[in-house]
Amino acid sequence: MSEKQSSAWSPSSREIQRRKSRRAISRKQIGIAAASSILVLGTLLVILVTSPGWETVKATFFDIDYGKEVFPTVVKGLWINLQLTFIGGAAIGVIALGLALMRTTKSPALTPFRFLATAYVDIFRGAPLILIILLVGFGVPALGLRGVSSNVIFLGTVAVVLTYSAYVAEVIRSGILSIHPSQRAAARSLGLTSGQTMRFVVLPQAIRRVVPPLLNDFVSLLKDTGLVSILGVTDAVRAAQINASRTFNYTPYVVAAILFLLITIPLTRYTDRVIRQRTSAQNSEGAI
Amino acid sequence: MSNVLELVNIRKSFGDELVLSNLSLTVPEHTATVLIGASGSGKSTLLRCINLLESIDDGQIFLDGQEISDPLINVDDVRRRLGMVFQSFNLFPHKTVLENITLSPIKVHGKSKDEANAHAMHLLKRFDLADKADQYPDRLSGGQQQRVAIIRSLAVSPRLLLLDEVTSALDPVLVNEVLTAVRDLKSDGMTMVLATHEMGFATQVADEVCFLESGNIVERGTAEQVLHNPQNPKTQEFLKRVHQAGRL
Repeated sequence: MSEKQSSAWSPSSREIQRRKSRRAISRKQIGIAAASSILVLGTLLVILVTSPGWETVKATFFDIDYGKEVFPTVVKGLWINLQLTFIGGAAIGVIALGLALMRTTKSPALTPFRFLATAYVDIFRGAPLILIILLVGFGVPALGLRGVSSNVIFLGTVAVVLTYSAYVAEVIRSGILSIHPSQRAAARSLGLTSGQTMRFVVLPQAIRRVVPPLLNDFVSLLKDTGLVSILGVTDAVRAAQINASRTFNYTPYVVAAILFLLITIPLTRYTDRVIRQRTSAQNSEGAI
Repeated sequence: MSNVLELVNIRKSFGDELVLSNLSLTVPEHTATVLIGASGSGKSTLLRCINLLESIDDGQIFLDGQEISDPLINVDDVRRRLGMVFQSFNLFPHKTVLENITLSPIKVHGKSKDEANAHAMHLLKRFDLADKADQYPDRLSGGQQQRVAIIRSLAVSPRLLLLDEVTSALDPVLVNEVLTAVRDLKSDGMTMVLATHEMGFATQVADEVCFLESGNIVERGTAEQVLHNPQNPKTQEFLKRVHQAGRL
């Protein structure tokens, strides 16, 4: 019956008038936004190009010809960062999940693992990433262990994975703890064991809930792979550094920055969209 | 007629607060025992103790003659024989209606997926929910969600069904559809223990009504005796208040 009504409905003259007013308001708002943007951004641009050192800055940071010349080497370096991000990301996911499960388990047999996992997270979340990279990158080869690669890319990846696993484990653990105990009670009362309850009921909901913060961590991971350059890995940062110190022209750094942004900005926008969808899906008052 | 459930001198406290004291109860096969009493009188705690979601401080619980309050018992094995329906439904939001129902039959009872699905569809048809099989719980009304929760606990053919104020989160119209479902189960001969505030419903399904007050059963008997001719002054007082609230 309600469908029949809706197909026969046409807006009243009052509603048509209201829509006209709404359109007028939004036209006015767009106009104000445009004027304000032009004024603010225009002023900033004028301040920048009229500053006394602008010509020097332009020549040493924004040299378009030199930028084009170093572009291929920097892109080649970025490829290393991307590989590191994806391979490292996969390893981080597995290790972090294991750590999160160890930290949330109540099984008495796993008690020592719970302590170890807690200690691990405390250490690697508390120490600066750059120190971990230096310690692993220079410390492990010094140990002279047989069978352990002293390849700097490998060691750099290991260091990043060690640190990020601790971060991501905490994110996953917070997701697990956020699932209401009534879900566990329902699963257990159906006869599921605690392991089955975790696997089929708690974890699927927990992971869904932490997708937005995990995407944030993924963006950070991509940027932080640039830190392995201190071990001498020729990634985008290192490639830019080599070129910059050869000519004392810093354009390669700008090129590297732009390349990172080209990847991270869309990723961040995507993350924001996911978060927005999540919030509106969970909120019945989504309009506010 | 054998006894499905037997509670002997149950005691349970949370910290200093004594929730159940010296409580005994016998539930014969194919009967419905209704627990009534004010909020905080221990109804929900009693049901959670039976399901071993809470451990008791003293006393014994027997399921089909086997003591399940023994700490050495396999709790998962006990819960496989019990069904529990919660006040807040507690459906799994990430699973469809059908997946909610078949999770335990497949993972716990080792049924094949086809077999579990067929049985679930049979139950859904019976409770008029077949068209909701592939929906997610949050698309359903409260009454539909609670009926799915009832089906979920039925899908494993429990020996005993525990229902914890299953209509308290619903509006009066939806209450009715859930109560109809419970009445159907009763006529099928399902053994049940229910906590409820619906006195009219209690009259219809109860073989025995127990009035709980401060963690003990202060009056018990048929619905006629306890609800319409109460002897204990505390029962009389409670029912007077229920009556004033228009719930009888």
